[in-house]
Amino acid sequence: MQLESLYQEIILDHYKHPQGRGLRDAADPADRVAEAHHVNPTCGDEVTVRVATDGEVLHDVSYDGMGCSISQASASVLHELLTGREAVAAFQVHEAFVALMSGRGQVTPDEEVLGDGVAFEGVARYPARVKCALLPWMAFKDAAARAGVGASPTEVKA
Amino acid sequence: MTTIAIPPGMPQYDDEPRYDVAAVRADFPILGREINGHPLVYLDSANTSHKPRQVLDVLREHYEQHNANVSRSVHTLGTEATEGYESARAKVASFINAPSVDEVVFTKNSTEAINIVAYAFSNASLRADADPRFRLGPGDEIVISEMEHHSNIVPWQLLAERTGATLRWFPVTEQGRLDESGLTDLVTERTKIVSLVHVSNILGTVNATARITERVREVGALLLWDCSQSVPHMPIDVVDMDADFIVFTGHKMCGPTGIGVLWGRSELLAAMPPVLGGGSMIETVTLAGSTFAAPPARFEAGTPPIAEAVALGAAVDYLTALDMRAIQWHEKQLTAYALDALGSVPGLRIFGPDVPVGRGGTISFALGDVHPHDVGQVLDSLGVQVRVGHHCARPVCTRFGVPAMTRASFYLYTTTEEIDALVAGLEQVRKVFE
Repeated sequence: MQLESLYQEIILDHYKHPQGRGLRDAADPADRVAEAHHVNPTCGDEVTVRVATDGEVLHDVSYDGMGCSISQASASVLHELLTGREAVAAFQVHEAFVALMSGRGQVTPDEEVLGDGVAFEGVARYPARVKCALLPWMAFKDAAARAGVGASPTEVKA
Repeated sequence: MTTIAIPPGMPQYDDEPRYDVAAVRADFPILGREINGHPLVYLDSANTSHKPRQVLDVLREHYEQHNANVSRSVHTLGTEATEGYESARAKVASFINAPSVDEVVFTKNSTEAINIVAYAFSNASLRADADPRFRLGPGDEIVISEMEHHSNIVPWQLLAERTGATLRWFPVTEQGRLDESGLTDLVTERTKIVSLVHVSNILGTVNATARITERVREVGALLLWDCSQSVPHMPIDVVDMDADFIVFTGHKMCGPTGIGVLWGRSELLAAMPPVLGGGSMIETVTLAGSTFAAPPARFEAGTPPIAEAVALGAAVDYLTALDMRAIQWHEKQLTAYALDALGSVPGLRIFGPDVPVGRGGTISFALGDVHPHDVGQVLDSLGVQVRVGHHCARPVCTRFGVPAMTRASFYLYTTTEEIDALVAGLEQVRKVFE
């Protein structure tokens, strides 16, 4: 097993220099703001993702958390890829990332859609680490649903 | 290396019982494996131990030659299986110096063993005619500690919820020792049971039992020791320990998974109401009501893990042949070596006692700011298997202000070369992340 396929330069770079870290208030007071806190009970990793949106565009996807390089780099990439996007487009990216992580290394990622997210291709081959990579993305999904965009409300946890 | 002469008449270094580690390792087929192109360096025995061929052979032989259900057949195989199962109980009893074989209850694991005691309290609390020592209600207290495994926290939290009793706990000192300074305030006439870990699965701390036992006896409470991390590693004598209950699990002591032990004083087990109802635990059954078998059968409802018990007996034979004192000494030497070696790694912080006194061969640490998951992943790429996470003892991580720890744990087959491989691996981790 090649460690480099897991810890790609892009991942380590996002880990050491996280983009857009820190929970922020909405710039536009009219925005709906909601957040979700997710925990990986097996390792104690935690992340909070906050979404500010007018219902059409995700004006900000901010986050805070603590955890391993994979989960923290994944949150940084999440922020970079989804902030400023239309909700519909953001969920296409979300779907592509989840598909990549569920693919056991058999899915070839599309850089056009996933940007730096393609670096996580190697993570999909490490079943114990897939949950780390998905943690911020699952928190995002819940946060977005609470802000009224994306996933159906039935999936929202109280 | 300098040698210091010990005066004649004092215990000599060479008096310590020893065994040939290389010969022992040859008994464990899995230790010959390669992981990611490197020789396996297994430093996760606190999680589960490996099994020697002698145990695996007995497991296979049981299924191939003696397989039948126990305690219910007159035929030859049934008799052989029952003999195998009961002789395993006798071996376990002798291993911990239990005064009676009937004090050994086979369970699934330590968790189930603790739950049997907790549910016995619960069931007794519903019956006015139950033994008052097991009856709990508002005003009564259960005492545990901050260094418990979740298996010795959650059953008591649930019991407190069901009965209205209060759960209290010993804190842990900065050095990772049990803080006994509040002993007399914590263990009082209100205390009904004190349930503590003997050796911490995360800090490695060996808890001293004498002062606590004395206080528990003074107030008339019951005392349970979670010996999951001590029975595999040191001689344990329940009479000498003066415990009321101890629990431990087979898979951490060279035995198979699915078999654990609840040891309890005869008269206490006899006073406990049953927990799981079903076959084997009854005396007579009518549709209107049932009466129950005496312990240990009362607490072994249903077909038990027969082959697992027989193989646990073989594990006890294996450990006894090596000599538990020799195992303890081997691990003490390893622990001293490892504490020194880990101390040489820049930025490494050890949680728990940093001297090889009053601690076992389980060492948790942090390497700078590198997350334990990442530490474990890089080590795995080099064949080194350590545990990362909260080790089912989250309150300990909270106590030391970290979300997770990396843990290396040793056993009778661990070598100093493996500790060197760990230290070399940690250098590699630093290269990747710092």
